[in-house]
Formats: sequence, structure tokens, C-alpha cells
Amino acid sequence: MFHWLEKNPFFFAVGVFIVIAFAGLIEILPNFAEASRPVDGLRPNTVLELAGKNVYMKDQCIACHSQLIRPFKAETDRYGQYSLSGEYAYDRPFLWGSKRTGPDLHRVGNYRTTDWHENHMWEPTSVVPGSIMPAYKHMFTNVADLATAYAEAVTVKNVFNTPYGDDIQPGKKAFEAYKPKILEEAKKIAADMKNKDVKDMVAQGKVPEIVALIAYLNSLGSSRYDAKK
Amino acid sequence: MQSNAALEYDYTVAKLYTYTTILFGFVGMLIGTLIAAQLAFPELNYLLGEYGTFSRLRPLHTNVVIYGFTVSGVFATFYYSAQRVLKVSMAESKLAMFAGKLQFGLYLIAATGMVVSLLMGITTTKEYAQMEWPLDILIVVIWVLWGVAMFALIGIRREKALYISMWYFIACFLGVAMLYLFNNMEVPTYFASGGVGAITHSVSMYSGTNDALVQWWWGHNAVAFVFTVPIVGMIYYFLPKESGQAIYSYKLSLLSFWGLMFVYLWAGSHHLLYSTVPDWMQTMGSVFSVVLILPSWGSAINMLLTMKGEWNQLTDNPLIKFMVLASTFYMLSTLEGPIQAIKSVNAIAHFTDWIPGHVHDGVLGWVAFMIMSGLFHMAPRMFKREIYSKKLVEAQFWIQTTAVVLYFTSMWIAGITQGMMWRAVDEYGNLMYSFIDTVTVLHPYYAIRALAGVLYVTGFVMFAYNMIKTMSSSRELAEEPQFRSPMA
Repeated sequence: MFHWLEKNPFFFAVGVFIVIAFAGLIEILPNFAEASRPVDGLRPNTVLELAGKNVYMKDQCIACHSQLIRPFKAETDRYGQYSLSGEYAYDRPFLWGSKRTGPDLHRVGNYRTTDWHENHMWEPTSVVPGSIMPAYKHMFTNVADLATAYAEAVTVKNVFNTPYGDDIQPGKKAFEAYKPKILEEAKKIAADMKNKDVKDMVAQGKVPEIVALIAYLNSLGSSRYDAKK
Repeated sequence: MQSNAALEYDYTVAKLYTYTTILFGFVGMLIGTLIAAQLAFPELNYLLGEYGTFSRLRPLHTNVVIYGFTVSGVFATFYYSAQRVLKVSMAESKLAMFAGKLQFGLYLIAATGMVVSLLMGITTTKEYAQMEWPLDILIVVIWVLWGVAMFALIGIRREKALYISMWYFIACFLGVAMLYLFNNMEVPTYFASGGVGAITHSVSMYSGTNDALVQWWWGHNAVAFVFTVPIVGMIYYFLPKESGQAIYSYKLSLLSFWGLMFVYLWAGSHHLLYSTVPDWMQTMGSVFSVVLILPSWGSAINMLLTMKGEWNQLTDNPLIKFMVLASTFYMLSTLEGPIQAIKSVNAIAHFTDWIPGHVHDGVLGWVAFMIMSGLFHMAPRMFKREIYSKKLVEAQFWIQTTAVVLYFTSMWIAGITQGMMWRAVDEYGNLMYSFIDTVTVLHPYYAIRALAGVLYVTGFVMFAYNMIKTMSSSRELAEEPQFRSPMA
């Protein structure tokens, strides 16, 4: 048979394809529906948090930080309750990471504050002596891309039925109408910060990347559950 | 009647990809060395403003060495060797030639787009699939064009039976196509939201655990079908051609090929041990990873036994040195991988520097050694000149071998140290170390790894210089060398 395949490239290719394809079918498909169910009370990220998640992606925090607490005592002691599948149900993409040059962040919102993040992102060694993390000062001046974050919320709402409210609607006008809500949330974060430029920018209606990022980091933990439920 | 005149092969496309292999190899490895040094000396993060941090550069490093260096090397060796094992010239097929040249042009555009977009932070963050949707579409086109060129040549072949290296190139083509397509399914937000925000942004079709599963089905098998399959194809071609020895066992190559095809795809979930994917998948990933030793070692042993009775070539031909050491590193790496995939070992190894250590004994010792020795073998035949300097090849071999050994030994120690410190508890059961303790302790190993990077890049510069000299000013050859590549 193999000799015959080697002389018939088309059937050879078909054979290879079948052999490599079915492992994926067996391992990935059976669990697909179940794995996409959220845990009770999980809320999707706000638009500001999504903008922060996009900053997290843009500056590739994922290169050094995981968001996956494994079920070992050493990990739950250090980071809190181990991660559950349903907690990731609204994460697109998943941001588990594959390397911990820095600590895990899946529940960082439970034990770090806005103030701590502000100091840390400005100069990591000021709060963690010996840290090898670079400072991310440009986040204090770069303006966060709220429009793209809003577009993302619209997309996941309409395409994947992610439970956003009726005020998330397609189109630029809908975004402009929604923008004040984002700014209000940003102002609450900025109120806990001390950087003058950041405060000024938010007062002028612009949201620096650092504010969005901190909103996102604060959402990692218990506050990703809806308080009403 | 078939004419007996030797075929004149057309190396236009093979040469173009040879140039990009050298260029991207240098750039990718240089960035790699910089980010290695940043972990030891953090002040190096501020050389390029916001574009120069470790986090921004790390995906650039992986993408440039994978899609720049390795994929260029795969295309270069394919466009060279496919003509020879199929006994047709590229010049005989207008379609293959057109597809090959167009593919190269688009490849340059995609590579430039990749570098620029990653520097700007436009990324999906899914490892080795970081490029956003416009580039993904371009890559699919490039890949299809490769398939067109491949099957155009196969269609007019004179040698009816496909040689082993062609099996691997076909598998590389199919495997990457399937995996890349499924893993990069994404919805562009601009179009789904009525024109709001950045046009490049997209969200993944899969969420959370499912996204992770599809991603590592891709991530692991990108390693399989880019770093293993075509490279095995290369060694099946170049080792017999350089040494003048026939492949030791056809049956072993058959077993290794079909075994590798069947087993590799199952092993992806070993990247997700102790995560939230179902336990049975994790166990499947573990078990098949261990089984994977069989086909991997099958190929490597087949290569080593091909040299049976001819080991003297190892002392006087540096290209044989590269190839034999490459298959040895392949054995090391494919033993180490399964060990790391055992759940109890993975509990320590995962998230630590042992993982990049493992990756690099594979890519530096196996992939890059094989690509460089393949290009060295091709150069005298493509450019009709002897290799510029044998001494330089020898020196490069020893410098780079030292570099690889320094790299993986330092990362083994770093990884296991960190894994053990994370879980260490005192007599009352409290954690002994804060996280930062487990970072500062790694400084010497990070410094050694950076040194290894400097050595490896130095060796690569020697390779590039030797190749450029071979192309331009080395002694011309009257006729094509039979086996061993001539070198001054």
C-alpha cells in the first residue's frame, strides 16, 4: 500500500490529511459546547476594561504573566482559588500565557489596588525591589483606543450572544452616545491616582492607557462577578 | 525516448529564499539575544522607547525566527531539492515558476507587515499566530501558492515514486494549512460593529478554554509541522547527498513518517496540563507525547545508521558534523519534550525557563544546524563556486555548539530552581519564598543565556559571511560536485 501511495501523490496527500486530522476531531470537538458555558454570575468586561485588556495585549503582558492558577496548594496559597473553566467563558482570546517570568495575574484584582498598579507601572522597582520588569511610562501618555474596545463589545454581543446591555449598538453614533459612560468609569479610577497628567487627560475626556489597564487588572478577581446575582 | 543529458535545474526561487533565510536569521537571532540580555540587565529595555521592551520584542523574536528564518529555509531547501528528487526543472513548468516567484514577492510583503505590526503592538497574542487577520489572509495565499508550485512540479515529474523528503514537504504543507486556518478563525470588529474602531482588530471565534485548546493544538503542531516535519525532510535529502551514503532503512523511514503523522497531533494538550481542559485530554496529551519518542527517534537513528562505516567523514567534513549533531540534538529534544509532558514533571516545569530551554536545544541545535548545513550544501551547486572557507565552517560549528550547550544547561538549572522555589514550604506549611526571590535568584543563569545568544549570533554572522563570500568571490567550479561539498 505504501509503495502505491508513494507513486500516487494525490492519494498520498489525502492519506496524510486523514491521519493528521482526526486527532483534532476527537480531542477538540466533544467538549466544545460544555467548555463555553460561563460560571454563575459572571459578567462580561465593561468597555473600559476591554480597552485595558487590549492594552494588556498590545504591550504583551502575556509574554511574562500567566492567568491560570493551577490546582496545587503552593499556587492557591500564593494566588487564590484555582482557575475554573467557566471563568474564561467571555475571554476572546484566552490570556493564560505560557511563561511566568512575573507572577500569575488571574486574581490580581483581589490583592492589588489602583494606587499599587500606578506606582508599579511607572517604576516597578519602587514597589518590588529587584524586579526585572520594565517601566511602562508611555501608558501614562498614550490614549487608549476606546472605539476599538467598543467595537469589540458590539461584535461579541451580536456574533456570540455575550450578554451586554441594549446600549451597546453598532455604528459610530451609538459609540458617541455610549462614550460618557466609559468616561465616568475612567474618572473613578483616575480619582484614586496621583499622576497629574493622567488626571488632566481624563478631565479633558481622554482616557490614558494606564487607566484602562488598571480597570482591567482590577476586574481580574471577584469583581468579575456581578454583584446583583 | 528520454534524453540522457543532465537536467539544468533552475534555482531562481531557491536563491531568493536563501537570501531571506540569512537576513531573517540574523535579525531574529539578534532580537533574541537582546531580549535574553534584557532579563539579566533590565536597563536594556529602554533602547527603543515603547517599542523596545521585552514584552513587545518577544513575539517579534519568535515570529521572525519561525516565519522569517525557518520558513525561508524550508522554502529554499524545498525549491532546491524538490526539482532534484522529482527530476524536473522549475524552468519546465511556467506555473510552478510563476507561483514560486509570486509567492516570494507576497512573502516579502507579509514579512514586512509582520515586523511592523508586531512592533506597533497589533497582535492577537495567540502564540505563533500573533498576526492579525489581514496578514493571516495574505499568509493563506502564500501557502496556497506553495502548494500550487509543489503540485505543479509533482504533476510533471519524471521520477514516479516520491522520495522521502517529498513526503515530509507535502505533510508540512497540509498540516500547517489545516492548523493555521482553524486556529486563526476570527471576526474583524470593524466590520461587525458598523465601522467603529481600528480596522485591524479582531476577536477569536473561540472563547476561554476552547480557545486555549485550539491554540495549543496549533501551537504544539506548528512546532511539529514547521520545526520538525520539513527539517526531517531536509536531513533525508542532505545527509545522503553530502555523505554519499544510501539511507540505512526504508522500512524505518516508513514507520517514522506515518508514526509521526499519526501521533504528533494528539500531543498538543500537554501544553495545558493542570489547566481547565478536561482531564482525559490532558492524559491523552501526556501519553501520546511519550509515544512520540518512537517515530522521532526512528528518524534520528535512521540518520545516524546511514553514516555506518563512514564515521571518518565526521572528522574531515564539517557539514557532516552539523548534520550528525543536528540529529543528535533532535534526539535530545524529543526525549526532553516527553519528559516534560509527564504530569508530575510538568507541574514543576510548566511556566518556567526550562520550557524555552527545551525549545532552544531543538531550534538552535536541530532546526538551525540543519538549515545552515543544507544551505552550505546547496551553495556550491547553485552558485557553481566552492565554499569560501572550511576553517570558518569549523569555527562556526564549535562556537555555536558551545552556545547551544550553555543555553540549555543554564535554562535547565533556572527552570528547575524556579519550579522548586515556587512550591517550597517551611515546616509549618507556609510558602518559603516570595515571587521576587524566585526572580532575582535567576540572574546568573539569565546572564549565561545571554552570553550563549551572543555566541550563537557570532556563529551566524560567520555563516552569513561565508555564504556571501561563496556567492560572490569564491573559486569557480567547472562541474557540479558529486557528494561532498568542496571548500577551500
